[in-house]
Amino acid sequence: MINRIVQTMADAMADIRDGSTVLVGGFGAVGQPNALIDGLIEHGAKELTVVSNNPGVGRVGLARLLDLGRVRKIICSFPRSSDPVVFEQLYREGKIELEIVAQGTMAERMRAAGAGIAAFYTATSVGTKLAAGKETREFNGRRYVMEMALPGDVALIEAWQADRWGNLTYRATGRNFNPVMAMAGKLTIVQSQHIVELGELDPEKVVTPGIFVDRVLHVPYGDPKQS
Amino acid sequence: MSVNVATTWKPLTRAQMAARVAADIPDGWYVNLGIGIPTLVADHVAAEREVVFHSENGIVGMGPAPTADTVDPWLINAGKQHVTLRTGGSYVHHADSFAIIRGGHLDLCVLGAFQVAENGDIANWATSDNDTAPAVGGAMDLCVGVKRLWVVMEHTTRTGESRLVRKCSYPLTALGVVKRVYTNLAVLDVTAEGFVVREMISGLTLPGLQEVTGAPLRMAQ
Repeated sequence: MINRIVQTMADAMADIRDGSTVLVGGFGAVGQPNALIDGLIEHGAKELTVVSNNPGVGRVGLARLLDLGRVRKIICSFPRSSDPVVFEQLYREGKIELEIVAQGTMAERMRAAGAGIAAFYTATSVGTKLAAGKETREFNGRRYVMEMALPGDVALIEAWQADRWGNLTYRATGRNFNPVMAMAGKLTIVQSQHIVELGELDPEKVVTPGIFVDRVLHVPYGDPKQS
Repeated sequence: MSVNVATTWKPLTRAQMAARVAADIPDGWYVNLGIGIPTLVADHVAAEREVVFHSENGIVGMGPAPTADTVDPWLINAGKQHVTLRTGGSYVHHADSFAIIRGGHLDLCVLGAFQVAENGDIANWATSDNDTAPAVGGAMDLCVGVKRLWVVMEHTTRTGESRLVRKCSYPLTALGVVKRVYTNLAVLDVTAEGFVVREMISGLTLPGLQEVTGAPLRMAQ
C-alpha cells in the first residue's frame, strides 16, 4: 500500500542534510509552506541553499531561517518584500550569497530539472548583466542565453488537498511555484490544508500527481495572513 | 506682454496617463500590466470589455480588487494585492504562467521604466550597477516575450532629466523591445529612425517637447 502521509513534523523533515538545496514554494505569503519552514528550522539543517521567489518578511518563517544563519545562499528573482530586514542585513554584512534569476528563468530551470532537461536557451536577459558569463547562441537570427536546470535536494510545498498517494490540488494563486518545485525536488515534502480519501479527488483536477511527492503532512492552519 | 509657454500646458496625471493607455487596448487582447502606473490601466478598461489581464503569479483573467467581505486570502496579483478572478478566468502554475509570457502568447505588456532609449532599449529594474541586490522579478521575461511592449512613465525625473534618452545609462532590462511610450506629455512610437511623436498634450509644441527630451524627436507623418 502506498501511503505518503506522515504523522509528525519530525517524520516530514527526516534525512534533510546540511548543505542541501531547498526549493521553497510560495509567492509572497500565498502558497508558502510556513509550517514546513518552521519544521526545517526545528530540524536544524544548515549550510542550505534556498530557492524562493522572495527572501522572507519580517523575522518569521523564511526570514527566521536566514536570521539563524542556516542559509549559505539564496536564489531568487525578487530579493525584496514588504519587510526584507533580515536578508538585507545579512547581505550587507556579506553573510549570505545571492543569485538573482529572472522569474521565468527560475521557474523554467526547475521545470527543466523535473523533466530531465540539463539546460535550455532563453531570450530572457540577453544583453543584460544577468547574462554576464553565460553562454549565448543564435537560433533563427535571435540571440539566446543558456540556463542550467535547477534541481532541489528538497522541495517544500503547500497544497490545498492531498490524498495518501500524494495527489495534490492547490487553491487559487497558492499554486504558483509549488507544482514546479514538486517536480524538481528529489525529496518533495508537502503540507496540505486538507487530507482526503484516495479516489475523492477528481482526476481531472489533480494538478500534481503523487509520483512527484514523497511525504504529506496535514497542516490545517487557516489563511495565509494568519500564518 | 510675453507669455510663458510652460504655463499654457498641463501634464497628465497618473490616472490620465493610465486612461490614455487603456484607450489604445482593443477587446480580445491578453495583457500583462506591471507595477505602478501600469496597474492603474485596468481601472480604465470597462468591466464589460473582454480584455483579459494576466498576472505572473498564475492568473489568466484577473478581475478588480475585491470588496472587504469577498477577499480570498489565496488570490493575489504579482504586486501581492488581493484581486478577483473574472468569469472565464483560470489559474496556472509559474512555469506555465511564464510559458504564456515567454512563448509570445500575450498581446501586450505595459511596464513602467526608469529610461527608454531611442532604439527601444529599456532600463527598469536597477538604478545603477552598484545596486547590488536589485529585484528583477518577471520584467526581463515580459520584455522579450510579449508581442508588444509599451512603457508608461513620467517624461522626466523629479530633477527634470529626460527618461527618453539616446542610450540608457541605467542597467538594461532588455534590448530593442519597446514599441511605444506614453508619458505625461506625449505618446511616442519607437521606430528604426528613433522616437516619433504621435500626439502631445494640448498646448505643447514639438520644440517645447524636444526641450525636455534627451533624444531627437520627429512628428508622425
